Amino acid sequence: MIGSPDVVAFTKEDEYGQTPPDPWALPDEFSIPLHPLVDSNPWAKTSYAKFTKDFILISEFSEQVGPQPLLTIPDDPKVCGTFDLNYFSLRIMSVDYQASFVGHPPGSGYPRLSFVEDSRVVLGDSKEGAFAYVHHLTLYDLEARGFVRPFCMAYVSADERKIMLQFQELSLRFSQASESLKAGNRRAFAKELQRKLRDLEYTHSVLQREEGLQREAGPQCMYSAHAVEKANELANVEKSIYEHRDLLRQISSYHRRPRRDPHVVSCQKCITECLSECEQLLDKYAKLANPFSYTAKGETGQKGQVDDEGDVKEGDEEEDDGVKRRSSYTPQLIKGKSAKCFDKRLKTLQELCDVTFYEATVELLKKTERSFRGDLCYLYTRRLDRALRRKQRVTNFLFEEDLGDDDDDEDEGGTLRPFCAVNHAVDNYTLLNPLPIVLGPEPLELDALEPPDPLDPASETSHTQGSELGLVESHLESSPSDQTLETQESSEETKGSFSSGKSGMDLAERQQNLASRKSEAPDPDSDLTPDPDHNTDLERESSSEEMETTAGEDEGDDTPVSLLEVVLELEASREDECEGFTDGPCDMEPESLVPLDTACCMAQEGFLYEASAPEAVQPCQTLVVNQEPHALLPLQDDYAVGSPCSESPAAGLELPVGHLGDAVSRTSAEDGSDCTMSASTGSDLGYGGVVTLRQRKKAGQGALKFVRQYPFAMQALWCLLSGRTLVVLGADEGRVRRLVAALALFVPAPGKCGDRVQAWLSCPFTLTDLQRWKLIGLQRVASPVGSSMLYSLSRYSRYISILDADQKTLRCPPYRGQLLANIADHRTYIRRGSTYFLHLQSTLCQLAAKAFLFTFTHHLHLPVSSTEGPEVVQGRRLCFLQEQLGLGEEDSQILLYLSQLITQQYLHPATGSSAAATCFSFNYTTSVLYKI
Amino acid sequence: MPNLFVSLLSLLCLQKNSVLCIGEEQPKNCFTELQVLKGHFDIVRFLVQIDDFRCASAGDDGLVLVWNVETGERLQELRGHSQQITAITTFTCNNGLTSHTSLITASSDRSLSLWDPDTGNRVQTISDLQSSVKCLLVLERLCVWVSGGEELCVWNKDFQLQCHRQNHSDTGITALIELPKNCIAAAMDKEIVIYRLTYSTDSSLSVAEIRCLSDHQDRIRALINVNDGLFASGSHAGELILWDAIDWNILAYEHILWEESQACTQAEIRLAAPKPSEMSIQHLTTNGTHILAAVGSGLYVYSILTKTVVAYRKVAHDSNVLHTMLLSDSELMSCSEDGSVRMWEIQDLPLPAEPASPGLFGMWTFGRSNKQTGPPSKKVMDVPNIRTLELTGDLIGHSGAVQMFVSFRENGLVTCSTDHLLILWKNGERQSHLRSLALFQKLEENGGL
Repeated sequence: MIGSPDVVAFTKEDEYGQTPPDPWALPDEFSIPLHPLVDSNPWAKTSYAKFTKDFILISEFSEQVGPQPLLTIPDDPKVCGTFDLNYFSLRIMSVDYQASFVGHPPGSGYPRLSFVEDSRVVLGDSKEGAFAYVHHLTLYDLEARGFVRPFCMAYVSADERKIMLQFQELSLRFSQASESLKAGNRRAFAKELQRKLRDLEYTHSVLQREEGLQREAGPQCMYSAHAVEKANELANVEKSIYEHRDLLRQISSYHRRPRRDPHVVSCQKCITECLSECEQLLDKYAKLANPFSYTAKGETGQKGQVDDEGDVKEGDEEEDDGVKRRSSYTPQLIKGKSAKCFDKRLKTLQELCDVTFYEATVELLKKTERSFRGDLCYLYTRRLDRALRRKQRVTNFLFEEDLGDDDDDEDEGGTLRPFCAVNHAVDNYTLLNPLPIVLGPEPLELDALEPPDPLDPASETSHTQGSELGLVESHLESSPSDQTLETQESSEETKGSFSSGKSGMDLAERQQNLASRKSEAPDPDSDLTPDPDHNTDLERESSSEEMETTAGEDEGDDTPVSLLEVVLELEASREDECEGFTDGPCDMEPESLVPLDTACCMAQEGFLYEASAPEAVQPCQTLVVNQEPHALLPLQDDYAVGSPCSESPAAGLELPVGHLGDAVSRTSAEDGSDCTMSASTGSDLGYGGVVTLRQRKKAGQGALKFVRQYPFAMQALWCLLSGRTLVVLGADEGRVRRLVAALALFVPAPGKCGDRVQAWLSCPFTLTDLQRWKLIGLQRVASPVGSSMLYSLSRYSRYISILDADQKTLRCPPYRGQLLANIADHRTYIRRGSTYFLHLQSTLCQLAAKAFLFTFTHHLHLPVSSTEGPEVVQGRRLCFLQEQLGLGEEDSQILLYLSQLITQQYLHPATGSSAAATCFSFNYTTSVLYKI
Repeated sequence: MPNLFVSLLSLLCLQKNSVLCIGEEQPKNCFTELQVLKGHFDIVRFLVQIDDFRCASAGDDGLVLVWNVETGERLQELRGHSQQITAITTFTCNNGLTSHTSLITASSDRSLSLWDPDTGNRVQTISDLQSSVKCLLVLERLCVWVSGGEELCVWNKDFQLQCHRQNHSDTGITALIELPKNCIAAAMDKEIVIYRLTYSTDSSLSVAEIRCLSDHQDRIRALINVNDGLFASGSHAGELILWDAIDWNILAYEHILWEESQACTQAEIRLAAPKPSEMSIQHLTTNGTHILAAVGSGLYVYSILTKTVVAYRKVAHDSNVLHTMLLSDSELMSCSEDGSVRMWEIQDLPLPAEPASPGLFGMWTFGRSNKQTGPPSKKVMDVPNIRTLELTGDLIGHSGAVQMFVSFRENGLVTCSTDHLLILWKNGERQSHLRSLALFQKLEENGGL
């Protein structure tokens, strides 16, 4: 009973993992041992894995050393822990089925570049406790065997369900990354080819000259061994030139090749740029159709100059265009067969892809990693939440945090924006079908939210069917065996067989097909009954490049696939329907992830400084890492230092969410406090403005503290909610800022960057400020400036409420309503900030719903019949507020204000753009002074 | 002893009554919404109403801005003057069916411009005048307009000078009004000069001075038409003279503060004896039956019928009143250098037997406990039919002197100020109703949410 591990685990989460020595604890020999691993989180799925959180691994199959890991994202050794990356690289590289065909295809004289589509595989390793989505891709390298370098990117997680159910999205994200890498690689490859061609030309011209000299020297040495060797060498070089030119032609024809991968979207601008570059090169070297006409080296040099390649030989001018590093390239003599040396250094990934492209890709992968943080349940809830909020655009500006659709456009409405490393204009994206999110059985709940579709009685059944089959499918695909599906299948069919990678492609592709078919002929049956012709058609289409060459071999995989095909078909159709009719819940995708771990909220005192750290550099952590005891201890001191008035360091100290490690959080905390010391100008907008959900959650603790500490909290909240500007007056900047940050939670429609909140103002404010800001932190100073400040306070006293942080008084109109009693109860039993925040959110959400109802109920604002006068409508409105919603006069004001905001938002969605200034409403009521 | 205490209190009160404060509870004040209109870079001095929903503002930055009063949008920005605007007026052309309103502006850069407020174009302009124009008067009946400054010029609607007349006064013409029989009255320093416009046979216009009225003791600050037969003028020394518009005789002469300073024998009043600036008539308005005079920081309502002051408040504002308006027979509004706009109501005294309301002279901070009424109320009691001027609301928003305001009735009120801002005051309830109407209209257009 006493030492029950469950109880301990649930109640002592604050000091979880610290276990201070308790003098009253039973001696060890008498107590029941706690959970075997005290420091580990019993809820963490990754507890048996050797790594602590999901990560992305990039590996390559090196022709010299075999599979080797290149980098992990996040690039932190702690993440992988004891996980054997080398071994895992071997595993993931060994399932590469794309099997690039190398060498000379029969019938063609030149080596061929293999255009290989990416492959997507899910594999599991139960021994390691690791499951991975593996994305294989090949990059071109002139020096590599067959000119290709196989790489793979893997999303490694301990939760196989997570990978299975997020497959589509993972596939999409990794396709983007892969496309970006390949785009960079093609550029680099073309440049390399160019360089090589120039070398070859140079070599060729040198050899030719030598041969000419020999020939002049006399016919007697015409057939000497030396001369034969020279002639052979010359022939070799010529052949090489032809080969390389052909390669150049091939690489430039890359884009004309039809892509079978539905996930591939590339930036059109990049493509055209690269294409034109290649074609330019091709033109240039096509002129050398007869390389033997070039005998003089100088001519080559001139040629190079024409093509902006300023040869070094006569290049004095190259100093000023130092930017063009490449232009100072000296052609080199090429030795006969040295290229195949085994000890040559292979290019790194950075060199293979353009550096810009490489960096952009890594950024993209980092973003991907961030957006997949958290467990499946969390991801799912968040999506659900976002999907629902997307549908409530009319009201969610009031209290919800911004959905932030600035840089995450691709998850909206199925627009798939190609990822472009060099940031080409964003208008060149293509519209794709919305990508379905495969969430297994869960989407049923989403559908349940929708009104059942009366037109299609079969949809329900197909839903359930689909989901059941979906389950089957996930079992099928993700058997937790050590073997991958790939290898299972490869026993009977080596290539292009049933792999989850292909099926994923199929799914999306089929969906597209279905969609198009639907639009052509809206036949309700066609999307439920799989069309055999269509299937085979798809089958052929979805096979990757090399299958064309081996087309005859793959009839065999029809049978094992068929069941899955039906399932996928069903699922696709279901999702198609779901999109067609609701277009809502299926097409969302997480943005940069903010794990809302309720167990990990911020430090009570330190959150403000915390919040000041830029959002972008705060990657988040999963539960496991958050509760690492080592990360907790040093933070305590930091927060005690960072926050000048921490009253109860023990009670309030919790680990901040979202730092890579304690080092990061420590620096950011210090940075934050530094900021606070220096930033006293009072003009830094948004410093205390609460914007993101994470910051809002943190503010929850402050708000809870405020509510518990001040008996007049309810009045203050009422002021904010009814649109009366609240001025927090105080001498201590930290305290004022904290109060403002806490109270900002209650400001309706705070704006995208919290622009209705001014955390710290040290100059007298004007009416325009009052119009702009609804919550102001004002510095109390005892100087002439202070008196003018007090003057402005008293002058505009009718428009504002004043919360004196030093004397703990509040001057505002009296509030006697009951609406806010449950969020401003200073005897509340809620102890945790995040709990309070959720409580608050639900209350505010309810308020917003009421305001929505009030705003859009026709007869509350307009007469029902022509005989009705305005008084009747007015009376009805009052009746609705008082009788039906049960609101008193002051509570009604909240609703009226929210309704006004909704109306304004609806009429002018972009308030900032309209020429008219915003309105500022107020009413004339006397204020009273509340004291503690 | 109690007497001393009370007189001390009243002394205190009289000094403190500059802080006339209605408090935050203002049930009669319907202006519960405001919009701050930004655009000017200097003091905004003039506001003119163009039509039911537009007004133009002009000020020391030489800019003329046209605003939509319903939405608060800035419609046009009329740029062209390089120096401050000294006068602005509307000019309505009625050509048959349509009437079109233009704006005429005068500036210190010695130019005159005609603007089209619809397009923002400068239609006509005259520069290089000999002196800057201080006032403008449009004679719509004759289709001409008059500019007054150091010289009096008459222009037709095409901006062609018809005739002009040089003045020999130093100050020049400060105000112009139209009188019957093609006459105009011009205020010049202490005199009012009557001119007559005559069309000669060849339809050319000439202007002639016919009369000079020099009954004012001090500089004339305000000159208004009261009705067809009357006009009024007010001087810096507090004289209000009512003139006959036909034969230019004095009908009434009222020295607003003269009586009072005679009557006041009490020490505290003498302490607060009116300085010239405090009795200067800053502004006059009328609605045909009453004249409202802004005297210093006080307000006086003068009845034309009885030729007496029917209601007044000696200290209506903390500082000089700059502009006033009679909204109806009982409601009036004033704005002042103290940055506030106040709304007043002329109320009958509760009962003649009861001592005057303590609120009369701003002593109502003492509430009903103050039994003794101040000496001025005794004087008030002597005058029959006197009524009180009760503060019903005030508008606080500007941080500088409120120069002028224009009322658009239910559409709101526009104020302009030295703080470079205009504020549009509106009835919040009405606006909210209008917004809901717009909401449901948009809802219908969109076919639902």
